[in-house]
Amino acid sequence: MQQIPKEMFQPAIADSREAEKISKPSLSFWKDVFIRFRKNKLAMFGLVLLILLVFMAIFGPHMTKYDYATNDLMNTNQPPSSKHWFGTDELGRDIFARTWYGARVSLFIGLSAALIDLFIGVLWGGIAGYRGGKTDEVMMRIADVLYGVPYLLLVILLMVILGQGLGTMILAMTITGWINMARIVRGQVLQLKNQEYVLAAQTLGASTSRIMFKHLIPNAMGSILVTMTLSVPTAIFTEAFLSYLGLGVPQPLASWGTMASDGVQALQYYPWRLFFPATFICLTIFAFNVVGDGLRDALDPRLRK
Amino acid sequence: MLRYISKRLLYILMTLFLIVTVTFFLMRAAPGGPFSSEKQVPPEIEKNLNEFYGLDRPWYNQYFDYLVSIAKWDFGPSFKYKGQTVNDLINEGFPVSFFLGMESLLLAISIGVLLGIIAALNHNKWQDYTAMVLAVLGISVPSFIMASILQYFLAIKLGLFPVARWESLQHTVLPALALAATPMAFIARLTRSSMLEVLSNDYIRTAKAKGLSRGQITVKHAVRNALLPVVTYLGPLSAQILTGSFVIEKIFGIPGLGSHFVTSISNRDYTTIMGVTVFYSILLLVAVLLVDIAYGFIDPRIKLAGGKKGE
Amino acid sequence: MKKRLSILFSLMLVLSLFLSACGGFEKKNESAGDKGKDGDKAANVPQELHVNIKTEPFSLNPGLANDSVSANVLYQTFEGLTRIKDGKPELAMAESYKVSDDQKTYTFKLRDAKWTNGDPVTAKDFEYAWKWALDPKNQSQYAYQLYYIKNAQAYNEGKAKAEDVGVKAIDDKTLQVTLENPTPYFLELTAFYTYFPVNSKIAQQNPKWYTNAGDQYTSNGPFKMVSWEHNNKIVLEKNENYWDAKTVKLTKIEMVMVNDTNTELSMFNNGELDWAGMPTGQLPPDSLPKLKEEGKLHVQPIAGTYWYKFNTEKPPLNNVNIRKALAYAIDREAIVKNVSKGEQIPAMAAVPPTMFPENKKGYFKDNDVKKAKEYLKKGLQELGLKDVKDLPPITLSYNTDDAHAKIAQAVQDMWKKNLGIEVKLENAEWAVYIDKLHSGDYQIGRMGWLGDFNDPINFLELFRDKKGGNNDTNWENPKYKQLLIDSQKQTDPEKRKELLKEAEAILMDEMPVAPIYFYTNTWVQKDNLKGVEMSGLGDVQFKWAYFK
Repeated sequence: MQQIPKEMFQPAIADSREAEKISKPSLSFWKDVFIRFRKNKLAMFGLVLLILLVFMAIFGPHMTKYDYATNDLMNTNQPPSSKHWFGTDELGRDIFARTWYGARVSLFIGLSAALIDLFIGVLWGGIAGYRGGKTDEVMMRIADVLYGVPYLLLVILLMVILGQGLGTMILAMTITGWINMARIVRGQVLQLKNQEYVLAAQTLGASTSRIMFKHLIPNAMGSILVTMTLSVPTAIFTEAFLSYLGLGVPQPLASWGTMASDGVQALQYYPWRLFFPATFICLTIFAFNVVGDGLRDALDPRLRK
Repeated sequence: MLRYISKRLLYILMTLFLIVTVTFFLMRAAPGGPFSSEKQVPPEIEKNLNEFYGLDRPWYNQYFDYLVSIAKWDFGPSFKYKGQTVNDLINEGFPVSFFLGMESLLLAISIGVLLGIIAALNHNKWQDYTAMVLAVLGISVPSFIMASILQYFLAIKLGLFPVARWESLQHTVLPALALAATPMAFIARLTRSSMLEVLSNDYIRTAKAKGLSRGQITVKHAVRNALLPVVTYLGPLSAQILTGSFVIEKIFGIPGLGSHFVTSISNRDYTTIMGVTVFYSILLLVAVLLVDIAYGFIDPRIKLAGGKKGE
Repeated sequence: MKKRLSILFSLMLVLSLFLSACGGFEKKNESAGDKGKDGDKAANVPQELHVNIKTEPFSLNPGLANDSVSANVLYQTFEGLTRIKDGKPELAMAESYKVSDDQKTYTFKLRDAKWTNGDPVTAKDFEYAWKWALDPKNQSQYAYQLYYIKNAQAYNEGKAKAEDVGVKAIDDKTLQVTLENPTPYFLELTAFYTYFPVNSKIAQQNPKWYTNAGDQYTSNGPFKMVSWEHNNKIVLEKNENYWDAKTVKLTKIEMVMVNDTNTELSMFNNGELDWAGMPTGQLPPDSLPKLKEEGKLHVQPIAGTYWYKFNTEKPPLNNVNIRKALAYAIDREAIVKNVSKGEQIPAMAAVPPTMFPENKKGYFKDNDVKKAKEYLKKGLQELGLKDVKDLPPITLSYNTDDAHAKIAQAVQDMWKKNLGIEVKLENAEWAVYIDKLHSGDYQIGRMGWLGDFNDPINFLELFRDKKGGNNDTNWENPKYKQLLIDSQKQTDPEKRKELLKEAEAILMDEMPVAPIYFYTNTWVQKDNLKGVEMSGLGDVQFKWAYFK
């Protein structure tokens, strides 16, 4: 064995503030996550599916010579055929074109609503749960007020005051959408904040935000992701409901939510009008779910095999 | 505990007051009124109508009257159904909605939790995937589509159930299923995900090391702790489900309370809007309180009562 | 544990299947039994009718009712001086009547009739009911239906006393009615529900007599109400005290309240209803082609017009040629055939053909793109615009409804194709929409009008006054107005009709509204159900109905 000269040793800096930090570089954490995610076949399948759906939303409408708005009153309610791949609707419009046009609207709405719900909900619920006491009481009662006031009335007023538009629509969708998320996060935080590792971190003087983002929220991730996957379909169908009030996407623009709500009326006669939008909604949610699951598993070091 | 609850009751009253106030002003600011129709009522008659319902008085008088009548639990006459009071509407509709709601809640909870547990215990096996597919279907198909599909296939095509109406226990099966589908799926997903978290915790490992059987571990430790998010979700959900669902009642022709939540607003039936909102809000606020109390039983470390930090 | 859980789960599945299967058997036995009854003993067919009335009626007090749901219950349980049969009024509670020479005084002789509780129906009951509805403190929203009676409007507006109103019970059996103007359709009006009598003995004692079924709820029609479960169902039974009880064959009518068109039709297909569709319910629009193909669909034109109103004060719709261009460029035939699909009649006139039969043809040609383009050119010139693109933006509004949305989208597409005009669509919830329309905050708006009584004046007087309650278009024409006023004083029916036709021609020339189609009633019914009477106004009477 070779002798190592003493000069080659350097004293390690013993900073108590650094003691709590994870010494592993965070880059490799994400790399690690990615490697684990890639191993999960189902999750990868979901990811591919999601990419495909987005691809079709961008290019789908151009794959057919039909346009999403032009009526063809001589060919209404045609079943799927080589001409109209997904059939036609009650005004003879091509459902294939409408489905992928609607995908743009619905994917955008679903994603943005879910992200906004996530952001507000996690923050609101996290603070309420962690602070507890009066803060918790006041914050959660505000959520209750929003939840108790008739939503329909709230939306009618929003519509009257702000007028039709994308901003109003997103606002109407998220004004109460985040509450579920906030409640779930608050419940989880209430439970987690008494766990030994949180108490330990507190004792070691970690800042509130550090405890929140490094300890509490990652450990509540499972429920957060599940709640988020519920936000997506809720948003897609809330848009259809808002259309009823004249606040959704204006006709003749298509969205999956309105197509499915119209289609369900024709279920007994022209089932394809429901089948296509509903199937793609299901596929989207499925993809979100498995990707979410895969992410969660990949993020959770304890589940490492 | 008792002190906590009485304090919370006070908060509930304050919250209720806020809900009533916000609703009152939203309702009044919404365009259209209870008597607007394509066949316009002559102005003189509209004047009389407004007088009768007190709509001609200044808003603060009306607002105050509402507060008093709510305190007396007398919501006044309905605008839309002559000769019926809002209390009548609630008393007639709520039992129906409650029965249906209980049925679907029981369905949603029992099957949802069971599916979730099976999925979690068989993480990434076929049981897990099957449960996931079922759950995805439940989550992405909203109740009004589910209702139409169930009605079409099970009642019309197969003739297993009556198409609609509220006559016997059999009539309740399809609406209860349709109403339960989404909550069931969501509960299954929530249970699964929190079970997975709990199962990887140290105390489960300890329990395993102690040689407890898998069943004992599941029941004694995992499920109880995993139920917390489910309970959180159940609070507001039960307030919603027990007061009925507009679409389900419409599709199945059920005389429940749920339809009043929507039709009263379309009709600008002010007294009914107020009545059902107050009724629902009370249920909601109590349910939310019960959830918080339940937290303490599920995990004794959760203490909401005191304001002191870090106890 | 894993095994045990999966066993438990499969057990539950099996159990639920078993339960549902049981349910199925029970159901099938039941319906098989029903069929047996229907088929074998033709002579002994149960005379029980099951219909859907969609929603809870507003009020079953004839003086307060103002909606079709209430109407369709009241027409079975009550009876006025006259009753409409085959489109014509026939005597009902009245045995005979006399009209004065100036056609302003009617004297009715009542027949011997009883209320469901055995009280006699007297002239006093009529006088009481009409004055009650007119009494401003009772806030009847349909009191204006009685305004044809002398001083009725004044009393209702608080400007006259009850004694001044032109209705008087001379004795128990004689009712004298004095009118404001000669009203050639007055005998049709007396069949309308606001003109029904009310048992004054009970009503005077118990002001809430009409809120529930029971011994306080008395009526004088072919059926009596035996139960009323609010928001759920109403059950009527034959009224043995009815003067013409021998004609009434149905023993029971069950009216359920199911407000979903698909459910209604499914219940009919399942044998739970004997009638689905209008006028009590409605058929899902998407079912119509299939029902027509199968030969099951019944269609009857009714007195109603579906039209687009133009706000004649909003540019560019203040220009008559632009309005005409838009109206002429609509392909109504295509709309009724391929969009609304209810065999509606394309409308190129305002008054439905049930009142003016010649209006099937109308005042202009349907889908006249050539003319439309000419009008557009002229209109653009008048506005000083070079191109269609320079037109101010136009928004077409409608209240939220699948049917309206489809038609609006079809019309939008037609205007784009035929005229190159891009129109924006906007929908709103009903109350918001009505508010916008009545306050003139719109450009083009969908509206429909269903006749209250079978006379053209009901449609034409809508546009008499600019600020009249239901005009909405801000259009007014002095000549039009004068023609309508003249028609009120005209006692000769032929001359009166000419005046009204002349007025309609003005309306169709200035085009404050673009008619789209005339309404029809569409329904399906049990084949062996006969004798259901539907008026041109879309009301239904089951007095003569029976199962064969």
